Amino acid sequence: MDIHAPALATHDALRVRNLTRRFGENTVLDALNLDLAPGSFTALLGRSGSGKTTLLRTLAGLDDAPPDARLDLPRPAAVVFQEPRLLPWKKIWQNVMLGLPGAGARRRAEQALAEVGLGHRQDAWPVTLSGGEAQRAALARALVREPRLLLLDEPFAALDALTRIRMHALVLDLWRHHGPTTLIVTHDVDEAVLLADRVLVLDGGRIAADIPVDLPRPRAHADAGFAALRRRLLAELGVGQEEAA
Amino acid sequence: MPDTQVAAAPRPLAAPRASATTSPARLPATARKPRHKLLGGRWRRFVSPLLLVLLWQAASMAGLISPRTLAAPTTVLASTWELIETGELPYHLLVSLGRVLTGFTLGVTTGAALALAAGLSRLGEEVVDAPMQMLRTMPFLALVPLFILWFGIGETPKIALVALGATFPVYLTLFAGIRGTDPKLAEAAKVFGLDRRGLIRHVILPGALPSALVGLRYALGSAWLSLVIAEQINATAGIGFLINDAREFLRTDVIVVGLVVYALLGLGADALVRLVERRALAWRPGLLKA
Repeated sequence: MDIHAPALATHDALRVRNLTRRFGENTVLDALNLDLAPGSFTALLGRSGSGKTTLLRTLAGLDDAPPDARLDLPRPAAVVFQEPRLLPWKKIWQNVMLGLPGAGARRRAEQALAEVGLGHRQDAWPVTLSGGEAQRAALARALVREPRLLLLDEPFAALDALTRIRMHALVLDLWRHHGPTTLIVTHDVDEAVLLADRVLVLDGGRIAADIPVDLPRPRAHADAGFAALRRRLLAELGVGQEEAA
Repeated sequence: MPDTQVAAAPRPLAAPRASATTSPARLPATARKPRHKLLGGRWRRFVSPLLLVLLWQAASMAGLISPRTLAAPTTVLASTWELIETGELPYHLLVSLGRVLTGFTLGVTTGAALALAAGLSRLGEEVVDAPMQMLRTMPFLALVPLFILWFGIGETPKIALVALGATFPVYLTLFAGIRGTDPKLAEAAKVFGLDRRGLIRHVILPGALPSALVGLRYALGSAWLSLVIAEQINATAGIGFLINDAREFLRTDVIVVGLVVYALLGLGADALVRLVERRALAWRPGLLKA
């Protein structure tokens, strides 16, 4: 599947119907249906092995969809992976403009880097970046393509707590500014509630829970609604009160 | 001449001590340390080789080593000068360099082409890799008799042997490098719109470069070795001929000159590849710190 095919670029809403994926005997996604509103920010929660990453890979076009599934996906799509996945032999700006056509690519890459606060590091080699900086560069690389669908696959899982807080603010900022339909896969309930308009819980290969988050932004753990939502999501994930505390 | 050699002996030994006593007075405390380390660290490495040469010279002068066994360093130096002046050494050196350059270029090109074919396509791997893996287990120098039968005793078997010596290291390392491409990087590149050509150019080949450059260094070593062996095959020119010819006349000094030239050529070639490495692999953490 060519993920840049213009024929797919007509819809900004994401629609998935009847998506089934099996690995051997194991059914990972079971006739899954999913709708995401244009420009929405959705978090996808689930236990490990629940098929979160499989779903994201299909949405990204990394795995071919089975013939009996129907997918309407906003394009272009961009992915930020758990690891930055920067090419170590290319400077940061070269990494950001990787695959971009046209003469203005470098200028656009530099703008994107400035936007994520990495303008001063554009000529650095990837190995010299800290974890947070590398993930910022990965964000810039995704944004420079002006994606209509932004997929984040546990992008902050490997970062320290302080860096993660800064990255959350940055992602929200960029999302508000560019407005792509955004899906973040995470196993961190707090992260899901902090960022998303809507939290989905994936279980048994289907969407087991679909919970809107209508807390005003910026959100904080201390907000009254936050704790209630957190408890509810943890219950959906099968984590009891004693364990969660 | 022997006198100057012996007289020069204590100098490198005394030098670090002298600098240690004079430098604190002249240099500020911060600058003193690296300078002292530089003098001690860099020059100390040359002390023991120099000592060995001096020992060799002393033994020759004392008559402990007969010139038939091994000529004295001073004689070697004098012969080197003589060989340069008569134009003999430059001539033979050029012949040898020509052989290595031709053979090495041929070998590297062949090895790289085969590695690309095997590394980038399944079919290529099936066709190329099995015979290459079988052939590489054979010590290629054992092919000399066959090469003489096939190519005679002219330049062809010599160049072919050098080429063969260079082919396998380049093939093996480049193939391994291509296959060692991080699938996660390749996947990311795909998401960001790189087609197969872009993937090869931006991800696979740069990723294989460090491994391929190691192969290039091996190939150089192997090429020199092949040259030495090849030049024993009825050569009428080249450093190997110079050495063999000198053996006929018991000229151990000329033999040593030839050996030193071989060593210097090997060193020079290695330094060249390292320079290329430093340029091409500037992104690697080890080189960034250096």
